[in-house]
Amino acid sequence: MTHLPFILAAYGLSIVVVGWLCVDAILRTRRARATLDRIDPRAQR
Amino acid sequence: MSDVNTASPALPASRNLHRFANPGRFLRLSGRILPPVALIGLALTVAGLVWGLFFSPADWQQHDAVRIMYVHVPAAWLASFGYASLAIASIASLVWRHPLADLAAVEIGPVGAAFTALCLATGSLWGKPMWGAWWVWDARMTSVLVLFFLYLGHIALVRAFDDQQRGYRAGAILALVGVVNLPIIKYSVDWWNTLHQPASITLTGAPTMAPSMLWPLLLVAVGGMFGFAALVTARTRAAVMERRIRALTLAQVRAQA
Repeated sequence: MTHLPFILAAYGLSIVVVGWLCVDAILRTRRARATLDRIDPRAQR
Repeated sequence: MSDVNTASPALPASRNLHRFANPGRFLRLSGRILPPVALIGLALTVAGLVWGLFFSPADWQQHDAVRIMYVHVPAAWLASFGYASLAIASIASLVWRHPLADLAAVEIGPVGAAFTALCLATGSLWGKPMWGAWWVWDARMTSVLVLFFLYLGHIALVRAFDDQQRGYRAGAILALVGVVNLPIIKYSVDWWNTLHQPASITLTGAPTMAPSMLWPLLLVAVGGMFGFAALVTARTRAAVMERRIRALTLAQVRAQA
């Protein structure tokens, strides 16, 4: 397992990048949904 | 949106596409589709990665370093798949002036760029123990680097104009010009003598890879495509809502003035 650091770095990097994309998409959607619920007259009906 | 009902009968594809230009309809439909697509993507990717990392055999030549393949190769496929999606969205934008195609193209850019960066980084992490170098100016690696720059160019260009429509159009043209890079990436290992190994999986021939390695790789790749679709859909949903917020805020400001 002399290549272990390279393997761990590759998997770790993948998890960080994909995780960041997911969290960003979820937070952005939640933020937009909350703002829209507050200001959109159609949402308040 | 006025052209929704006045689309030419000679263009049924255009008319069908424009049914989804209605933001409410898109949000409802995508809201139903998104959770299962995301769950399938997550399940397949996790299953493939666990299989590849712990249960697939080591390579006789590369030993355990071959396990980097299960993240590197799907990232490379997703980088090209993402750019092909960007090109299709750009065609829909230029030909049918579809408003959701513009938003989808804007949202595909950063996701595709992230996967291309991941492909380059994991390739580098695989190259160092195998080739003894983090980077070589090899045809495959250089063409993928060009793909990364094309994504960055698209991201910058669509945001560079005060008039959003001009930005979308310029970005679409750049995306379509950049499509020429996709066959170069695919065939670079055949056209030039490269350090990068040739394709182990082709559409026409049998794979030259053992099934115990092929299956986890395919699981991660298919899961990644579902995940990519889920990410772009989620980001496009957010963009649709943000556009509505901008329109409402502008209307409020005008009403107060």
